Amino acid sequence: MSTTTTPTPKGPLGQPLVRREDRRFITGQGRYTDDIVLPGMTHAAIVRSPHAHARILSIDTTAARQAPGVIAIFTGQDVAADKVGGLPCGWLVKNKDGSNMVEPPHPILVADRARHVGDQVALVVAETRAQARAALSLIAVEYEPLPAVASLAAARAAGAAQVWDQAPGNVCYDWHLGDPTATEQALKAAHQIVEIDVYHNRLIPNAIEPRSAIGQYESGTDSYTLYTSSQNPHLIRLLLGAFVLGLPEHRLRVVAPDVGGGFGSKIFHYAEEALVVWAARKVGRPIKWTAERSESFMSDAHGRDVHMRARLGVDKDGRFLGLHVQSQANLGAYLSTFASSVPTYLSATLMAGCYTTPAIYVEVKSIFTHTVPVDAYRGAGRPEAAYLLERLVDKAANALGMDRLEIRRKNFITQFPYKTPVALEYDSGDYHATLDMALAAVDYAGFPARREASQARGKLRGIGFSTYVEACGIAPSAVAGALGARAGLYESATVRMHPTGSVTVFTGTHSHGQGHETTFAQLVAEQLGVPVDSVEVVHGDTARIPFGMGTYGSRSLAVGGSAIVKATDKIIAKGKKIAAHLLEAAEADIEFKNGAFTVVGTNRQKTIGEVAFTAYVPHNYPIDKVEPGLEESAFYDPKNFTFPAGCHAIEVEIDPETGVVTLENVVAADDVGTIINPLIVDGQMHGGLAQGIGQALFEEAQYDESGQLLTGSYLNYGMPRAADFPFFKVGNHVTACTHNPLGAKGVGEVGAIGVPPAVINAVLDALAPLGVRDISMPATPEKIWRAIQDAKAKAQH
Amino acid sequence: MGAITLKVNGKQVTVDAAPRTLLVELLREPLQLTGTHVGCDTSQCGSCTVLVDGRSIKACTMLAVEAAGTEVTTIEGLAQGGRLHPMQEAFQSCHGLQCGFCTPGMILSAVDCLKQNPTADERDVREWLEGNICRCTGYHNIVKAVLSCRDRMAQSKEG
Ligand code: FES
Ligand code: FES
Repeated sequence: MSTTTTPTPKGPLGQPLVRREDRRFITGQGRYTDDIVLPGMTHAAIVRSPHAHARILSIDTTAARQAPGVIAIFTGQDVAADKVGGLPCGWLVKNKDGSNMVEPPHPILVADRARHVGDQVALVVAETRAQARAALSLIAVEYEPLPAVASLAAARAAGAAQVWDQAPGNVCYDWHLGDPTATEQALKAAHQIVEIDVYHNRLIPNAIEPRSAIGQYESGTDSYTLYTSSQNPHLIRLLLGAFVLGLPEHRLRVVAPDVGGGFGSKIFHYAEEALVVWAARKVGRPIKWTAERSESFMSDAHGRDVHMRARLGVDKDGRFLGLHVQSQANLGAYLSTFASSVPTYLSATLMAGCYTTPAIYVEVKSIFTHTVPVDAYRGAGRPEAAYLLERLVDKAANALGMDRLEIRRKNFITQFPYKTPVALEYDSGDYHATLDMALAAVDYAGFPARREASQARGKLRGIGFSTYVEACGIAPSAVAGALGARAGLYESATVRMHPTGSVTVFTGTHSHGQGHETTFAQLVAEQLGVPVDSVEVVHGDTARIPFGMGTYGSRSLAVGGSAIVKATDKIIAKGKKIAAHLLEAAEADIEFKNGAFTVVGTNRQKTIGEVAFTAYVPHNYPIDKVEPGLEESAFYDPKNFTFPAGCHAIEVEIDPETGVVTLENVVAADDVGTIINPLIVDGQMHGGLAQGIGQALFEEAQYDESGQLLTGSYLNYGMPRAADFPFFKVGNHVTACTHNPLGAKGVGEVGAIGVPPAVINAVLDALAPLGVRDISMPATPEKIWRAIQDAKAKAQH
Repeated sequence: MGAITLKVNGKQVTVDAAPRTLLVELLREPLQLTGTHVGCDTSQCGSCTVLVDGRSIKACTMLAVEAAGTEVTTIEGLAQGGRLHPMQEAFQSCHGLQCGFCTPGMILSAVDCLKQNPTADERDVREWLEGNICRCTGYHNIVKAVLSCRDRMAQSKEG
């Protein structure tokens, strides 16, 4: 299945064009941060705490300073003496009582205390990378190890070690959303209450390009440049300039060149970015730092690590009456840039799912632990909501003896717009359609026969579903601001038509694999009626692009694309004035179609290329009415979130002897709104599905009790490999978003959001005959094998 | 330091390098062939894959001195006379890459895969690529690309 239920397009919009950016990547001409070499460049390495929690008693750098090539060493004392600010958190979450969350300091080098393994303690600058790394072992840091808490349970236990004195019980905030009274009443009135307890395993994003940053200071112009592997260069410039180093924005340039994947982990402002810029001025030469993979494991923000308990009240026909969710989220040792918003505004707001549950109440306690900060990772909060709900719905069906698809259909939202009890208003969707599509693609009718065939071979076969909805296209600024966001969430675009009719588009979004250079060129080509090849897309450099918010939350097309449409509309409006003059007609009589301005009802026309030329060579020009030039900028602030939704269906076969799961069928039928390039949309789906399946079956970041990271390399963190997957079947059923000009919803995260519960539901379906009722993610062969043994033992009693 | 002479992308080069220098470091730093990437420090990701005397090898697991006298092909040297290698073309036409970071290693590994087994099927390809991690594509279009390149190469042999 790779089908779309919309008609085949004629223009560039909707065409599966191959990506233009590929040429440089397949020939080795990509330019990632670590590939950049500046004149006089030095190299940095970072001393990181080996302890989860320790007092720093002393740091002796004497030997290291004498090591070959070492130029300078900086510690937390130097940073503090320079009054360098800490890394700020971008979202203020309030407690139930209206008071603010606890916001502990987040220094770029710690001076007196390390709070997680990997916390940055000192910076070495040397002539070469090897010399910088070699000097690390010569720096003698005397630590006094202190008791640490590495898990939610440990941090909440009586007498637990405190991460921050100002956060008693290690609670950052205690927040809620929804109506507690109505929910309690609904639960009381329910025919049955279904309960569930789930843990969303901790994940490590693992973009394959390790983070990298180069800081440069030029004294002649008193200006700074930061090259960084970031998803949002302007955001980094703002945080670095205004909060951490206090640098004037107009003399700070941030460049995010080719970036090798992000998945959320490269949204955040990291200490190393500030360190290389700050230290570059001190040493008077550019400084490059690139993470070794083992550093990435202990310093990139992790994802998920949320424990949830929920009660769903249902009537005897299976209708959902009320839902109460209590969640605890591990934030790690410090607040990463958007950490506070993930378990709250990005998760609790999705607890209606695609169901009409009338009363919902969600409580979220976020907890500090001595672990790496946890923040947004592909899906960010929404996978947690989808996983909780879709597991719960299957459980409810079981409890009532109902079919799991029937109970879903019975509760689907079918009227739009739909206002949920948890603050969102869904604008569009067709949940029955994507469910039907998935059932056809997975050949649900043929499943019983396949199950029998497996049985005959001594294997267990199961099928699982997830009908999810998510919110993306982040976000209406006023709404986000009222909820505590400390930034606007619009997007920007500048469209520049050149005198000979070619076009350069400057976008505030950032592409680190998403293919914007192609998609946005298609979009502009469609809007302006010019060939795709004459459109160039520029992103990732604050010196070239307008102030933009970057790429995350599947926002680039819905928000950034809408800004581009606005800018091209302005180009057309101005072009009409120019064309009216050239054609000696009234402006109102000019229409623009297929790249030409025509006097309505005649064949008199000027192409957009002719109009652009005239705009730059204004000899015969309405100069008193129109300025020369053809370049327009626009900012687009979305009116609402967008709501991609769909159905994921997974079929597995399990070997009861080994617990090994084989994925027999991976189906995703999604409604991601209007599609510009189906090739790219399918690719986004594949990647998201792989990460979601990774969470469900393979991946988990584990700490031991003392806070040591046990999964600190690819040898022991379960990165999915090619042999772990079959080909995926993805398809789309489009309902257009009603409030942006493109009708686009967003596709970046849907795979990761929708699929984990479908996988676990499939595993549980396969194991059901043995009496296994629950299994946690990742459902590794060991876990499954143990569950089977336990169930067998129970059955014998 | 010592002089190491080897052939890289068809050109003889002599580079002064410390004995501990890895092949990948030699390629990226003195030779400025930054298409070969470093994605890990445990020889697991395959981003650094190059061809040494025609066989794929992780350039982070080989000392530069061990490569002395060999012929190394990096992603920059795969296209011949301005013509892309069929594997490069297949990666583009099948959308086998997103961020592009794993791509050079993937392509070179895949080239060797088909060289060793010109009739590799889906399973063979997936198993061959176990040593190359991609976080973006779910491997779907990478495997498609290798299979489509296989078919094209088979056709051109017949034709
Ligand atoms: S860098 Fe060589 S295998 Fe990862
Ligand atoms: S394309 Fe990004 S890691 Fe493979």
